[in-house]
Amino acid sequence: MADALHTSEARIVAASRVQDMVFAVLGITVLLMAMAVLATLVADLMSDGLARIDQQFLTSFPSRRPESAGILSAWVGTTLIMLVTAFLAIPLGVGAGIYLEEYAPKHWMTDVIEINVSNLAGVPSIIYGLLALGFFVYGLGMGQTILVGGMVLALLILPIVIVATREAVRSVPSGLRESAYGVGCNRWQVVWRYVLPAARPGILTGAIVGLSRAIGETAPIITIGALTFIAFLPPSPIQATAPFVNFDWLNSPFTVMPIQMFNWISRPQAGFHVNAAATGLLLLLMTLVMNGFAIFLRYHLRRSLRS
Amino acid sequence: MLTAPEGPHVLRAEVKSLKFWYGKFQALHGVNMPIWDRQVTAIIGPSGCGKSTLLRCFNRIHDLYPGIRYEGEVNLAPEGVNLVDRQIDPIMVRLLVGMVFQKPNPFPKSIFENVAAGLYVRGIKNRSELEGRVETALRQAALWDEVKDRLPKPAYELSGGQQQRLCIARALAPQPKLLLLDEPTSALDPIATARIEELIDELVKDVTIVIVTHNMAQAARISHQTAFMHLGSLVEFGDTGTIFTNPQAAQTQDYVTGRFG
Repeated sequence: MADALHTSEARIVAASRVQDMVFAVLGITVLLMAMAVLATLVADLMSDGLARIDQQFLTSFPSRRPESAGILSAWVGTTLIMLVTAFLAIPLGVGAGIYLEEYAPKHWMTDVIEINVSNLAGVPSIIYGLLALGFFVYGLGMGQTILVGGMVLALLILPIVIVATREAVRSVPSGLRESAYGVGCNRWQVVWRYVLPAARPGILTGAIVGLSRAIGETAPIITIGALTFIAFLPPSPIQATAPFVNFDWLNSPFTVMPIQMFNWISRPQAGFHVNAAATGLLLLLMTLVMNGFAIFLRYHLRRSLRS
Repeated sequence: MLTAPEGPHVLRAEVKSLKFWYGKFQALHGVNMPIWDRQVTAIIGPSGCGKSTLLRCFNRIHDLYPGIRYEGEVNLAPEGVNLVDRQIDPIMVRLLVGMVFQKPNPFPKSIFENVAAGLYVRGIKNRSELEGRVETALRQAALWDEVKDRLPKPAYELSGGQQQRLCIARALAPQPKLLLLDEPTSALDPIATARIEELIDELVKDVTIVIVTHNMAQAARISHQTAFMHLGSLVEFGDTGTIFTNPQAAQTQDYVTGRFG
């Protein structure tokens, strides 16, 4: 038998089996610990808040009485803010990332920009809130509106989107670029037709990670002075008469789900705490849906790239 | 063309009714062939014929990918180990069988550490033993004179041909029972290719070599035995001289004369 003939090899194989086993056990333990923490959190939120989620909760404005309060203005606010944030941060971030990676000359200026963009990703979010309060709200006199909320969150996640875009663009094999330049493409054609489609899954992941971060942000929104009690909805973006869309909602005051949660948690009545837990669950659900959508898109993009 | 060494052939390995599947696709349909000790066995055939698939069975590199299945045997003689037996750990197989790939793939480490990689894995820590075996392997790979003064330098500083010889040295250092070469010169220029071919001539005095090649002239130049494969089956196996000048199968004839493939 082999093991008798190759005792030294057999010893190495046995040792490597032990090594692999140790690492596998370690890995599973760590994974289970992480999952357990998450599961505990979710289970706790669910036991507190799941029963509170019903149609009344989703379609009511905040109220003095916990049982008749709802999160209508908060989820509408969050959705609209996310729209503004995505609309601003994704094109700007992707554009900047592509420029830095494909167009910008490589010298000390771009190095400085690169380091600073990475640093911006680590700036505490309340600093962005202060910037927005001083510049957008007072400096430009824009007030505490959905537009400003979306803008500050867009600023906040811009570095995340830029860094993700750069990474994704950089990981496109240089052979693809060479073959595109080889058939006579100019830089824009290379980027638009070949590099960007190949980088799309990575860019998308970065964008979703950024938006998932933005959806839970409270500090900058509080800093710019978002209201915590709103009993009306912003004007509808769609209307019956021409031109059928309007952008008045951008200038409307707003609240968002994390602020609503924060507000409820600081109340003494237990009923509001239940409301806060229910809001937390819904916020988690929204993030989950966003991530699920990203996974779905990525899967489809990968498939279409291969064919 | 090399003439086989005098005397009876000694078996170093034997492939017996080897079948192989990638998922549902059967890539090998019962291959039988001997690998003679200290001879060069070349596997030739058109793209997609299964020659690389066959070679990669010898060190179970296939096992890195999901959904693969072996049936049959690749017996190492005289040890009598069936390399594709599920009971045999693939790590064990790779400790016994060395491989060099199509593109030079040195590790992003120093020249010395590249050659010593397989020795570290085998638990050799003694500095002087390591140095001795690295030198031996580099000499065997005809690279020693070019790199002896810069062993601590990154392997990426070497040229493509040197990198490939470094990979050969890396595979040789642990003294494998078999050395597998998967189109080792397809990424190299003719001069680097010629050096590798000379090297194979030298090496085969000590180690058994199985080589996959697209280049029929190369197979004719450097191998003692040639296996011609087509559509996952072994069409013909024999002395390289016979395969190239007097093949038995019409398919082999067409292929080696350049009429198809």
